[in-house]
Formats: sequence, structure tokens, C-alpha cells
Amino acid sequence: MTAYLLKRLAIALVTLVLASMVVFAVLEIIPGDPARLMLGLNASAEQVELLRNQMGLDAPLATRYLHWAGGLLSLDFGRSYTYSVPVIDLVRERVVVSLPLALIALALSTVIAIPVGLFSASRRGRAGDTIAMGAAQLGVAVPNFWFALMLIYLFAVWLRLVPAGGFPGWSAGVWPALKSLVLPAIALALPQAAILARVTRSALIEVLHEDYIRTARAKGLPYRAVLWRHALRNAMIPVLTILGLQFAFLLAGTIIVENVFYLPGLGRLVFQAITQRDLIVVESVVMLLVAAVIAVNLLVDLSYAVVDPRLRSRQ
Amino acid sequence: MTLHIDMSEENLAGILAKAFRNRSFLAGFAITALVAAVAIVSFFWTPFDVTRLIIANKTQGPSLAHWFGTDHFGRDILSMIMVGARNSIAVALVAVGIGMGIGVPLGTFAAARGGFVDEALMRLNDLVFAFPALLSAIMITAIFGPGAVNAIIAIGIFNIPVFARVARAGALAIWPREFILAARAAGKGRTLITLEHVLPNIVTLLLVQGTIQFALGILAEAGLSYVGLGTQPPMPSWGRMLFDAQTRMVAAPWMALFPGMAIAVTVLGLNLLGDGIADILDPKSRRQR
Repeated sequence: MTAYLLKRLAIALVTLVLASMVVFAVLEIIPGDPARLMLGLNASAEQVELLRNQMGLDAPLATRYLHWAGGLLSLDFGRSYTYSVPVIDLVRERVVVSLPLALIALALSTVIAIPVGLFSASRRGRAGDTIAMGAAQLGVAVPNFWFALMLIYLFAVWLRLVPAGGFPGWSAGVWPALKSLVLPAIALALPQAAILARVTRSALIEVLHEDYIRTARAKGLPYRAVLWRHALRNAMIPVLTILGLQFAFLLAGTIIVENVFYLPGLGRLVFQAITQRDLIVVESVVMLLVAAVIAVNLLVDLSYAVVDPRLRSRQ
Repeated sequence: MTLHIDMSEENLAGILAKAFRNRSFLAGFAITALVAAVAIVSFFWTPFDVTRLIIANKTQGPSLAHWFGTDHFGRDILSMIMVGARNSIAVALVAVGIGMGIGVPLGTFAAARGGFVDEALMRLNDLVFAFPALLSAIMITAIFGPGAVNAIIAIGIFNIPVFARVARAGALAIWPREFILAARAAGKGRTLITLEHVLPNIVTLLLVQGTIQFALGILAEAGLSYVGLGTQPPMPSWGRMLFDAQTRMVAAPWMALFPGMAIAVTVLGLNLLGDGIADILDPKSRRQR
């Protein structure tokens, strides 16, 4: 168990360090000098040189990487080139939109997918299963930003139940803020729910063939109890794996969906920063997202040990 | 040798018979063939010229002349969807080609070598997986300039670890088999064994994964074009059409409806096709995503 945990932890850390090097290197080779960009075309060579020096841009590559990576660890991401405020402030403002959005979407997709998967697996091959899996096929195929547009048309333009876009901020009250996250969350959750339902179904079907399921039925346990207590638990490993992967999809998905709904979240921040060549913001947000993905995958690895006792007993 | 050929012919007939009974395969094949046909036809003929702007015809609803209506420049949406199909297919196909072309050799090599090489390649895979694909694709296209070619590269890069992983897992399952042992006893090297015995046995897996990645590639291209980083106007693309439609949702909802349906139908067709192939060739194989 400890060896397993340590190995996963080590892999996560190595991946994180390598990822930071990749992000740093990619943004290093981009054409365009941030100092010149900030000062505009009329600046003299001396002015640019002075600013480069102030920003630490003239230091050797390795020094700059270590400085940047060290800053990340202490949550000091540097200052935004375009906004001239610390990046961490920008992130703090935006994360309160993106994180709730991703979490609501993840919860929504799980709440829809697991029961649908259970329903389909227990009625394998019958009409209910065919209809549910047909709907899931459709859900996987629909691009989330198009689904978002259709939702806007239906619920915001036509029925006028929720705002079509924008975010009032949490200071405007929890309910108005949540209301503006409802449609984006549904748009993000639908394709994920469809994938998760398919995985849950096939994992359950695999498990339902096992001997211990027959034993549980033979000793008189009702089908429902077998399904929920024995089958679902044993089908959890693939389901958890997909849930972990989906978190990465959701984070990336927010970039586009936030653009559809004009939500001031991390996705919109990174997108604007890219177009404004605000590299320090791009670096920081991408690193944050990558760190989040690595952390979630580590959590998934650890949760295997909780779900599967065999992993625990293995020394 | 003769026996070998006989067997494969028998298999082929059996496979075809199964294919004709598999609803998923038939539906997927029909839809995919239709989309491909539409794309091919668009090279020679479209109902209207997609490069001619007729402002007098702008944002007309669906009619007999314009089945799917017209856009804000008076262009026929059906014609644009036809040309857009070409574009989506090309981007996704090349991206899958990049992923397979690099990923499969890497994965089979890792499986054949094992040990340190395998471990190193898999850690590299973990690294690429840590970057949300769409985020990185947006970064790559934003940095190296928007456009279809950079979109292909960006999507292709993220197909590499997917195919490497599938090829490795498939190859690892083949290596302990007896016919591999026989080939080794006959003095064949790892490369030759991989080419002659491992690859033919993992083709199904790769084909199924190929259809999945093809479908994901079409979604990714649409996403990139929607945020303005993929295919550039005046070349019509499904994602770009949705972007143009967004600000005109109230006045011209058909501008958003039909391109989105084109994407959904294409992706649905490919996914059904993949499911069908998996069912027919290997009932036990589970689709990975």
C-alpha cells in the first residue's frame, strides 16, 4: 500500500516538474518581446533594455526558470504584463467562477450518469437500455458549445428563465450567481454524462457476469441490493478513471463554454491573455490547470486503493 | 500457407455476414459514407457558390431554394456545410494519421523493449495527458498562428499518446502468446515479430481507437474554429459558422441549428461505426476513451 502510494506520488511530482519545464520552454520560444510589447512601438532601445532588466528578462534561461518555478510554489506568479496587477489576484477573481462551474458540471454528470448506467446494465438489451444508450450516443456526439447555444436559445431567448450570459458576481447573492452558472454547467455536463453512463454500463455488465454476483443472488439478496452494493462497487475503478479524465476535459471545456456565455472565468482569462500576448498570465493559468489535472489523477489513483481492498493488502 | 489464406477468407466472409447483421455498424457506415460523399461532391458541385456574397439574400430562413437558409452575407448554408465537411474530414484525418504514425511505433516499441524504455515512454505519455488537450491546442494555435495546418498539428500531437497507449496495451497482451514464442524460437528479431505478428493482431484495437479519435478530432476542429483559431474565413468551417451564428441567435436561429447538427451527425456516425467494428471483430473489446 505505502509503496503504491509513494510510487504514484513520485510519478505525479515528476510529471508536474516536467510539465512546468514544457510550459516554460514553449513560451520561451514564442516570438515577441514582452518588454517591447508593454512599452509600445515608440519606446527607445534603452527604455526597452531597462524594462527587460527590471522584469528580469535578461537573466540566463535556467535562472529565469528557477525563479519562475520557485514563485509558483509560493503562489507568487509575477505581474500581468497587460493588467499590471499580480497574476494571483487575477486568478483569485476568476477561479471563483470556473471552479464552481466545473464542480457543478462534474456533480451533475455523475448524478445523471450513474443511475442511467445502472438502469441500462440491469435491462441489458431491452427497450429501456436501447433508448438510454441511443441518447448517450447522441450526447457524446453533440459539441458542448453548440449545445450551449441551443440552451441559450431555448431557456434564455425563448422562455426567458435564465440570463443568456454574463456573471453578476457572488456579491450579487448566491442565487443570481448560481442562476447564471446553470446553463453553462448543463452544457458542460451533458457530453460527460453520456460518456460516463456508457462506461458505467459496460463496467457493470462485465461485473454482473462474475461468480460472486451469482453467489450473492443465490444466498437470497434482492437484485437491487446486489446491483448497488456488490456490482457498482466493483465497477467503480473504470468509472473513477473516467471521472478523473473528465475533470481535465471539463477544465478545457470551460475555456470554450465560458466564451459562449461571457463568463469571467479562468478559461476566458487564459484566452484573452493569449490574444494579448500576456505570457506570464498564460504560463501561470496553464500551470495551475495542469497541476489541478495531475492532482485529480493522483486522487483517482489513491481512491483505487479505497475502492479495491486488494490494492491495500498488497504491501 | 494455403491453410492460412483459406482461414482468412473464411473469416472475411464471416466478418461480412456479421457486419450486415450489426445495426450499429450499418448505421455508422451509412452516416459516415454519406458525410464522405457530401464532402466529395462539394469539390465538383454545391447548390450555390460559397464565396459569392449576395447581401440582398442575407439571413433568409429555410426555403425551397435554400433548404437550410442563408447566412448574414447571403451565402447558402447547405453549400457551406457541404464544403465544411471536406475541411472537417481533412483536419481530423490528418490528425489521426499523425497520432497513429508516431504513436503506434512508439507503443509497440515500448512493449517490445520493456524495462527502462517502456517506463520512460509511458512517463512521457503521462506528461502529455496532464495537459488538457483543448487547452494546449488553443495555446499552440494561438502561439504559432491560427489556421487549419496548425490546428491539425495541435490535434495530432494529442493523438500520439492515445495511440501509443492503446498500441502498447494491445502489444503487451500479444507478446506472451505461444505463436510469439514460436517466432522467437525461429530466430526472428523483435522488430520483425512486431511487424509480422503483433501489429496484425492489434489492428482491430487501432481501428476502433482511430474512429474515436477521428470523431474527437472533428469536435476539436469545430471548437478551435469556433474560437477563431482553426480554419480561417473565407473557407467555410462548421465551427466558424457557429461563431457567426451566435450573435444572430434571435434573428436567424437556423444559422446555428444546421452546422451544429452536421457536427453531431458526423460524430455520431463515426462513433457508431467504431462501436460496430469493435462488436464485429472482437466482441470482448471494450472501447476506451
